[in-house]
Amino acid sequence: MKRKPIYRSLFLFGILAPASILFQFCKPKGPAEVATGNAASQAYVAPGKYDEFYNFVSGGFNGQMNVYGLPSGRLFRIIPVFSEDPTSGYGFSEETKPMLNTSHGYVPWDDLHHPALSTTNGEHDGRWVFGNANNTPRVARIDLKTFRTAEIIELPNSGGNHSSPFITENTEYVVAGTRFSVPMGDKTDVPISTYKENFKGTISFISVGKEDGKMKIAFQIKTPGVNFDLARAGKGPSHGWFFFSCYNTEQAYTLLEVNSTQKDKDFIMAVNWKKAEEYLAAGKGEKAKAKYVHNWYDEKTHTATSEMLNEVMQLDPTVLKDMVYFIPCPKSPHGCDTDPTGEYIVGSGKLAALIPVFSFTKIQQAIANKEFEGDFGGIPVVKYEAALHGEVKKPGLGPLHTEFDANGNAYTSFFVSSEIVKWNVKSLEVLDRVPTYYSIGHLCVPGGPTRKPHGKYVIAYNKITKDRYLSTGPELTQSAQLYDISGDKMKLILDFPTTGEPHYAEAIPASLVMPNSVKIFKIEDNNHPYVAKGEGKTNVERKGNQVHISMTAIRSHLTPDNIEGVKLGDEVYFHVTNLEQDWDVPHGFAIKGANNAELLIMPGETQTLKWKPLTTGVFPFYCTDFCSALHQEMQGYIRVSPANSNVPIKFSTGRTEAPAGAAGSK
Amino acid sequence: MKKSVIIPALLIGAFAACAPEKPNKDGDTKPEKSAVEAVIDPTKGIGQVKNVTLESPLDQARVKRGIAIYEMKCQSCHKLDETRLVGPGWKGVTKKRKPEWIMNMITNVDMMLDQDPEAQKLLELCLMRMPNQNMSIGDARDVLEYMRSNDGEK
Repeated sequence: MKRKPIYRSLFLFGILAPASILFQFCKPKGPAEVATGNAASQAYVAPGKYDEFYNFVSGGFNGQMNVYGLPSGRLFRIIPVFSEDPTSGYGFSEETKPMLNTSHGYVPWDDLHHPALSTTNGEHDGRWVFGNANNTPRVARIDLKTFRTAEIIELPNSGGNHSSPFITENTEYVVAGTRFSVPMGDKTDVPISTYKENFKGTISFISVGKEDGKMKIAFQIKTPGVNFDLARAGKGPSHGWFFFSCYNTEQAYTLLEVNSTQKDKDFIMAVNWKKAEEYLAAGKGEKAKAKYVHNWYDEKTHTATSEMLNEVMQLDPTVLKDMVYFIPCPKSPHGCDTDPTGEYIVGSGKLAALIPVFSFTKIQQAIANKEFEGDFGGIPVVKYEAALHGEVKKPGLGPLHTEFDANGNAYTSFFVSSEIVKWNVKSLEVLDRVPTYYSIGHLCVPGGPTRKPHGKYVIAYNKITKDRYLSTGPELTQSAQLYDISGDKMKLILDFPTTGEPHYAEAIPASLVMPNSVKIFKIEDNNHPYVAKGEGKTNVERKGNQVHISMTAIRSHLTPDNIEGVKLGDEVYFHVTNLEQDWDVPHGFAIKGANNAELLIMPGETQTLKWKPLTTGVFPFYCTDFCSALHQEMQGYIRVSPANSNVPIKFSTGRTEAPAGAAGSK
Repeated sequence: MKKSVIIPALLIGAFAACAPEKPNKDGDTKPEKSAVEAVIDPTKGIGQVKNVTLESPLDQARVKRGIAIYEMKCQSCHKLDETRLVGPGWKGVTKKRKPEWIMNMITNVDMMLDQDPEAQKLLELCLMRMPNQNMSIGDARDVLEYMRSNDGEK
């Protein structure tokens, strides 16, 4: 009687033990895979302590830029960039609406893929971070003093801005290469089947003001019709050159999955932008008609302006020689990354089983010796072997992107085999590999794309999360994983969830950013046309059917908080000035029935909410951001009378009067 | 006997531990310099302003600047008579408080509310922390001159 269970359990063990051993060897392992050793303490940032790095992570289809701390993986902020943000009023307030204006009208959403931190001498300077809009082609500049979008420029002759916003060593230029080639110029209504004949690509070089960061399209280079994917500037010895990966050199226009993957090699396009500058200065550019907008935010008027531009300067490399070259690269290249020395360019073919590493010196020699295998669309193609430093053999499946540390090592993400592979750039020897959970896309080493990587960590931004977190229905959180790379072996120390879909990310030491953070906007400097610098300056003013209310907010009342004289059919503009001058004291503003959103007004700032009442009555408004013990008292009323009433404009705070004294409506 | 000694000591310890500490560079929490210097003359408050010499007649340029600052940064909460709005009315404030106390309250309000007994009494009364309105010592001196004018000085 007693023996039977023992036999049974032994029997079960015999079956299950090998199965579980087998299961453990399956790759990638399930959620049971845990970080080892002192991982927890490495990622732990004690309450009240600061993270060492800021991590600027693209929001992908949320259109925003997400700011995390490393090594904790804590989310600090989602910076509104290309999508509306009802929380802050971005895209809803009258002041911020122009930021999302385009040549297609107001566009409330986009898809942000790549951040690029500004650099000086190829090193992070902590001034700005740029981001690209993949759908309606644009580039944004975010000011790291305010963590706000300061400027957005649209890109004409682009069919989707994916190969962007990579920057040159001193942030002279931000580039923008079109993903889709499109028909352009006067002849845009053409059959899709005329791709080879009529579709063209462009690469835009956006100049960046040295002091103010102001963006301007300096020139566009016209290219044959292909898809541009990613890019990196040269640095050090290769400063003055830019490298772009391109796929679909088959020039397919349908079922690209099959038709654009026929050739063994596509190209990396090398652009000598110093040469382009020379041609431009010599008047070799052509002015082309183009409609695109330029939007910027003024921190003194607290208002954005949108300007429509009508022409762009273009350079044609089939006429202007020695400016653009193609280098064959296997196969459908995605990442195109230059190492910290600027000598090596790593191409990552999504469908390749090896990683080619090109040498800048050899590319220059090949060009000088005219070692070309032919041309593509009138642009010379350098011989593969002549440009090649060497190949990393059998590194993994589906290489996508490469980042670098300060010790001559590269870290490449592999989507298909779901891993990060560490290898030596010079020797091309594979040194280590770790699994990611699951299917990594981009990766980030702090300072990885600069001349001086900060190293310490590599972060994986994964495309699939599956079973790593508590499930939340069919839609799961996006995720990142933090690995310690300070030793010979990479070591997983943290999983953290991310918002939107993370594509590329950059990380920068907090010490380069945090000391410059703006705490308040000085009320003295506020030049908003409807600012009320003090309660005595508050006002309600009728201009035809517009009613402009200059209101103030301070802990804890709004002035005026009783408003009468608005009539049905009026458009009411609440211009709310936050009179606070202390850090972290925003006030909010919301009114019942508003069809837009709330305002969130920083200290010293003025923001405007437009409101069009649809019925008569008395409508409440209040502060939405808990500001003090009497926050719940921070409220007011606005009265809306019939269109033909004679209720006069009247406004006050703190004044009580006998009910009989109130003006009646007819 | 022993108990009664220990318990207050513990209470003081517990109270000290309650105050949220601001993280500084290396994460250590050392008392800030100005707190150490504090309270030489308790009626002067805590802060950079140690000694103010008042002169008569009033400096009218200062009074004028003081009015402009009052209207932009103070008027929302302080009336010019004795009545309390959000904060106390200003009438008589220069008779009741030392000029140093007033200027320290304006320029160092967070530390005053945390440590100065008179400021804390006002917080208990108003239940609203006076905001830091980002005022320089010069701004505060202008406001003080306006307060003197408001109190009838010439």
